[in-house]
Amino acid sequence: MWTWFYKLASPPYVYGAAAALAPWFLGLAVLTIGYGLVAGLVFAPPDYQQGDAFRIIYVHAPSAWMSLFSYTSMAIAGAIALIWRIKMGHAVAAASAPIGASFTLLALVTGSLWGRPMWGTYWAWDPRLTSELILLFLYVGVMSLRPAFEDPARGDRAAALLGIVGAVNVPIIHYSVQWWNSLHQGATVAKLGKPSMPGSMLLPLLSMLVGFMLFYGAVLCMRVQGEVLNRERQAKWVREAIKS
Amino acid sequence: MGGYAGYVWPCFAFACVVLAWNLWSARRFHAAARVRAGRALAMAAGAES
Repeated sequence: MWTWFYKLASPPYVYGAAAALAPWFLGLAVLTIGYGLVAGLVFAPPDYQQGDAFRIIYVHAPSAWMSLFSYTSMAIAGAIALIWRIKMGHAVAAASAPIGASFTLLALVTGSLWGRPMWGTYWAWDPRLTSELILLFLYVGVMSLRPAFEDPARGDRAAALLGIVGAVNVPIIHYSVQWWNSLHQGATVAKLGKPSMPGSMLLPLLSMLVGFMLFYGAVLCMRVQGEVLNRERQAKWVREAIKS
Repeated sequence: MGGYAGYVWPCFAFACVVLAWNLWSARRFHAAARVRAGRALAMAAGAES
């Protein structure tokens, strides 16, 4: 296990693995998102309370989950880079930030469009919405902090620290609907016991979630390749890598 | 869409835009990094010779 872990410190290994995995992730993402879209928009029945407006869940929930997943990945990669001094951790963290920020923006916009017909307003300073907005600011902060230093290594360390400190917001977002009175509905799928959705609605949602994760994996691999090249452009192995 | 089309379709359209932007920007970022690495290697080779 440790051999595999230490291989992650090798830029050529990370570059090669990312190049090999990206097309597989992307192909599988197209299939699962395609199925989720057709099943969610065409075959899933309307909700008995929300009617067809509930279909927004098929983009809102996966993007919200991915905003948290991406931030957690970024914080873990930053922690690995700081603790074990594995520079590739900084590359993964830097690659993850813009993807996570875009998913957070998508979750906020789709949530806002869902809120208007259900709550009567596009926005409320509700715990879940506010903490998700803070997550977007944290992403922007991490992305802005890295290039703010003349020394890239210091920028990497500062961004990793902010990412780790900001990770405290992740459980706050997740549990905000339980800890405080919230307009936002409680957990539908990720809860103890049975999910409060029939299979015909749940399967497309799970498919979209898996599809978004695979899509995140594909885009992360592409961005990691760019980050590795930017950081290792003087290395000899790069000559062979960019020829292929 | 039972009267909710004005909310549902913009969500899916925006999701498509976000996914497409992610793919496009990641490809562009990788391509730009390859160009920069190529230039750096060419300059290093020029300095050596």
